[in-house]
Amino acid sequence: MRDKLGHYALGVLAHVALIVAWYLFVRLGDVPRFVMPSPGDTLDALLKPNYNWWGNITVTATEIFAGYFLALAVGVALALVFTWSRTLEAFFMPLLVSLNMIPKVALGPLIIVWFKYGVFPNSLMAFSICVFPILLTTARGLREIEPDLLDLVRSLRGSRWQLFTKIQLPGAMPYIFSGMKVGAILAVAGAIVGEFLGSDKGLGYLMLQVQVTLDTPAMFMAVILITLLGMLLYGIVLGLERWLVPKDARVA
Amino acid sequence: MSREAFIHLAGVRKLYGSHPAILDASFDVMPGELVSLVGPSGCGKSTLLKILAGLHPYDGGEVRIGSPTHPFDPSRDVGMVFQAPLLLKWRRILENVLLPAEILGLPSGPARARALDLLKLVGLQGYEEKYPYELSGGMQQRAAIARALVHDPKLVLMDEPFGALDALTREKMNLELLRIWKEAGKTIVFVTHGISEAVFLGTRVVVLTAGPARMADNFEVDLPHPRTLDMKTHERFGDYSRRVYRLLGME
Repeated sequence: MRDKLGHYALGVLAHVALIVAWYLFVRLGDVPRFVMPSPGDTLDALLKPNYNWWGNITVTATEIFAGYFLALAVGVALALVFTWSRTLEAFFMPLLVSLNMIPKVALGPLIIVWFKYGVFPNSLMAFSICVFPILLTTARGLREIEPDLLDLVRSLRGSRWQLFTKIQLPGAMPYIFSGMKVGAILAVAGAIVGEFLGSDKGLGYLMLQVQVTLDTPAMFMAVILITLLGMLLYGIVLGLERWLVPKDARVA
Repeated sequence: MSREAFIHLAGVRKLYGSHPAILDASFDVMPGELVSLVGPSGCGKSTLLKILAGLHPYDGGEVRIGSPTHPFDPSRDVGMVFQAPLLLKWRRILENVLLPAEILGLPSGPARARALDLLKLVGLQGYEEKYPYELSGGMQQRAAIARALVHDPKLVLMDEPFGALDALTREKMNLELLRIWKEAGKTIVFVTHGISEAVFLGTRVVVLTAGPARMADNFEVDLPHPRTLDMKTHERFGDYSRRVYRLLGME
């Protein structure tokens, strides 16, 4: 317990040290504000009401979370369908692997052409970038399940649904979570890139606006807030994993 | 004779593509028997077990399970134990044992009571709330046996259930299995490649030779019950074992 506490304390200390180093660098180096603002200047940026921080946070968060959870549902469902039909899997899997090679960022301009700009196309960006890792790891997890275990359920004439809820889904859970963790980081990047390419709201949009006026503190603040959104999503995923997956079954 | 048999196999054939996996398996199992199916690896004994479980179709011959006096419902009268315990890591031992009851939709109160009784029977009292990783391999396999019995099946199919255990644990589990079999009164088909295990456990031994599987022998083991480990030194035990060794070309 004490070791654990010390462990956490070190982690917190590292973060504090980084902020202190940042502060000292700016102060002692006499770095101009528009190149690199101090931690204090960055916090002050929050006080400017015309930046509508809260509204922009909500928009970006909506894009990230909507895209991410849609990807989760679609990824797991597709992977499950593949376990039902080898033909479907043999047909679609190579195609999906090829599609995965598309740099999703390159889809941005197309998505804007098809769906204009706004929350929906940006969610779609987040979705497209994180659906593959979730699908691929889930498919892998479902494949790893012992065939004998499936036979056990089949020998009792268990339904497909029972097979899924009692064996496949919980069995693949550690893999699903490892895909979800990768996806969480990508979803944030997807939403922000979407906002860069075309949007009228959101933290990414705000960054472009303040770049023009060289309000570097606000840009710093936006980056920090985007990072915090990512940490929030990642934290939710970790919490869910801790709750749903027994410790010895987790995939690092 | 075959009319009262609980399992009746006659000329069962199974092909994988054009390659025969089983050629002519024919034997009868009486209700309450513990039949050892012994043969080298890859001789099709696991395939035969899956045919009995209704998991694999077969390409010829006759498979009949159940008799007028011992009716058999293929959807709820099969219990299975595999080489690996295959417990669900995310479930506690009691919940693992209850899995078949859940799948069959049996009322949970009586199923729970039965699962607790079975855990006592297999010597796992006090481990109900543990997770599988907290148990040794032998204990996990005991839990798997309790799971195979929880829905009160008439037929238990075991596919080398003690193959992964160390020699001493294996001997102990053999004795345990005989005790459980006596108390539970099930018909058991026990697949193994251990010749002395086959003779020690079986009321009858069916010998299969490999590539493709053929029935080489089928004999009753005339050793008294309950069996004890010192029977392994009996002359008759040696005779039975030699008989199997010879058939498998080991002499």
